[in-house]
Amino acid sequence: MSFRIENLSFAYGTRTVLEGLDFALEAGRFYGLVGPNGCGKSTLLDLLAGHRRPAHGRILYRQQPIESHGRRRLSRELALVPQDFYINFPFRVEEVVMMGRYPHLGRFARAGVADWQRVDAAMARTGIAAFRGRLVSELSGGERQRVVIARALAQDAAWLFLDEATSNLDVNHALAVLGQVRRSVRQEGKTAVAVLQDLNLAALFCDELLLLKQGRLVTAGPTAEVLTAANIRRLFEVDARVARDPESGSRHVVFRVAP
Amino acid sequence: MTPQSIPRSRRPLARFLFWSVLLGAALLAAVIVSSGLGFVPIGPGDVGRILAARLLDDPSRLAGMDPLLPAVVLDVRLPRILTAAAVGAALALSGTVFQGILRNPLADPYTLGVSAGAAFGAAVALLLNIGALGQFSVPLFAFGGAGATLAAVIYLSASGGGFSSNNLILSGVIVAAILAAALSFLKYLADEQVSVIVFWLMGSFAAKTWPDAGLTLATAIGGLLAALYFARDLNLLALGERSAASLGVDTGRLTLILLGAASLMAAVCVSVSGIIGFVGLLVPHMMRALAGPDHRGLLPLAALAGALLMLAADTLTRAVLPSEVPIGVLTALIGGPVFCVIFRRRQMAAIGGA
Repeated sequence: MSFRIENLSFAYGTRTVLEGLDFALEAGRFYGLVGPNGCGKSTLLDLLAGHRRPAHGRILYRQQPIESHGRRRLSRELALVPQDFYINFPFRVEEVVMMGRYPHLGRFARAGVADWQRVDAAMARTGIAAFRGRLVSELSGGERQRVVIARALAQDAAWLFLDEATSNLDVNHALAVLGQVRRSVRQEGKTAVAVLQDLNLAALFCDELLLLKQGRLVTAGPTAEVLTAANIRRLFEVDARVARDPESGSRHVVFRVAP
Repeated sequence: MTPQSIPRSRRPLARFLFWSVLLGAALLAAVIVSSGLGFVPIGPGDVGRILAARLLDDPSRLAGMDPLLPAVVLDVRLPRILTAAAVGAALALSGTVFQGILRNPLADPYTLGVSAGAAFGAAVALLLNIGALGQFSVPLFAFGGAGATLAAVIYLSASGGGFSSNNLILSGVIVAAILAAALSFLKYLADEQVSVIVFWLMGSFAAKTWPDAGLTLATAIGGLLAALYFARDLNLLALGERSAASLGVDTGRLTLILLGAASLMAAVCVSVSGIIGFVGLLVPHMMRALAGPDHRGLLPLAALAGALLMLAADTLTRAVLPSEVPIGVLTALIGGPVFCVIFRRRQMAAIGGA
């Protein structure tokens, strides 16, 4: 139940996006994927989810190349929460969350009681049960993002890939949603790989960080070791101070700007 | 409306059953009533007797009836009625599928220029007298024209990963304008066959035969089954390509198969009855508003509603209006303004959200 990534490269046409990545992901951890815009984070998630084929190198999932697993099996084990989510048709919130159950249901099967229980639980955990009957096209960006996260939770996959899934959420909902993801990791043995722009959220929730710049892996390791002022400078070219909160023990980042 | 007032899971099915029974019954009634309307009026009771005699192979049920009436109903009116209903269903299905695949509620064979492409292909086959493929050469050339047009429109409007509504419709309108000019040129070249080209530009169900009805019915039913097989995947595609892929949909294959099926449906419709716009655009819209956007229910309801609307429009022009208005002109006169309203509303919504 783990990923091994060996010498992975990927290009869109002639534009190389990822180059020579080597790392492993172990089950039961919360990983954070951090790096500047356009460094290939979303592409890496697509590769891990099996939506794209590597140009070079390979991705082993459960010791097998990922493309050797069937599409349907992967859809039961790997869930992706995309960054932008716009829906042109007037589906209700609960209908969208129920779509997370489709991989577990036959093509013409109807959802059973157990499926609705999972949908209810996912909606309760993301705080959207109150507007389950509303149309997704009428929701705010943050509400819509929580619906997509609920859909991924309902999918009940062992691996959860989050692509800036909290970027539209206020701090209260971001903390709540990531807290739920961490609970899945701690209590249900799931694994999360989250692209996060907010370094403080990464510091708060992630067990390990992978730092990515211009398609290459800068460094990877436990958050406490990797999240340093020096690495932040290498990654984003900004000055920052990383401190440890004495109460919670987690790190936090304070940026410094030239006066 | 409190959230708890929507009992989940049961309601969509009940809503679907209600509308499918209602539309199915209305369609049946429309077939019977319209069979009686026309130059020779025939009562619904007599139409029922004629249909029963034919279906049950029991000529005794026609005792005492003018022998002209069965011929009027069975040989003249019914093929036209069934063709109109089948074309309406196929166009509505085609529109629903285009809208689902392109994730764009303004897409349909007409706005995408696919109908014009099919008409051009069909006109070329007819004028060059290409008979190599027998009776299927006109529909096949129509399909070729439809497919090529669709490819051109998608190529013109693709930007990044998605298709913006405005790009798609603009590209469709441009390509359709070029094709209309090409058709006019063919019309200029065609001499005696001008009437055929004009018929394709305006659409008509006049003088349709049983083979026409058979071809269009088979297309509509085949198209419905194909689309229904992928209905759940269409729902997932509405969440965007990445989400759909993560939920197990082979988005590339789905897009190719369903765009092909929708183009084929549009091409068969055009080769039989010419360019008829707005049915494929408006019917999915209305059905989504009435019964929700879940494609598993939307597709059959759109087929029923498309059949009913097209049959009503054709009966209006055939038997009610003092002179026969081409059906394509009628649907454009009614549907065009409705399209304007929807387009305007979407523009206003886009300013507010998105």
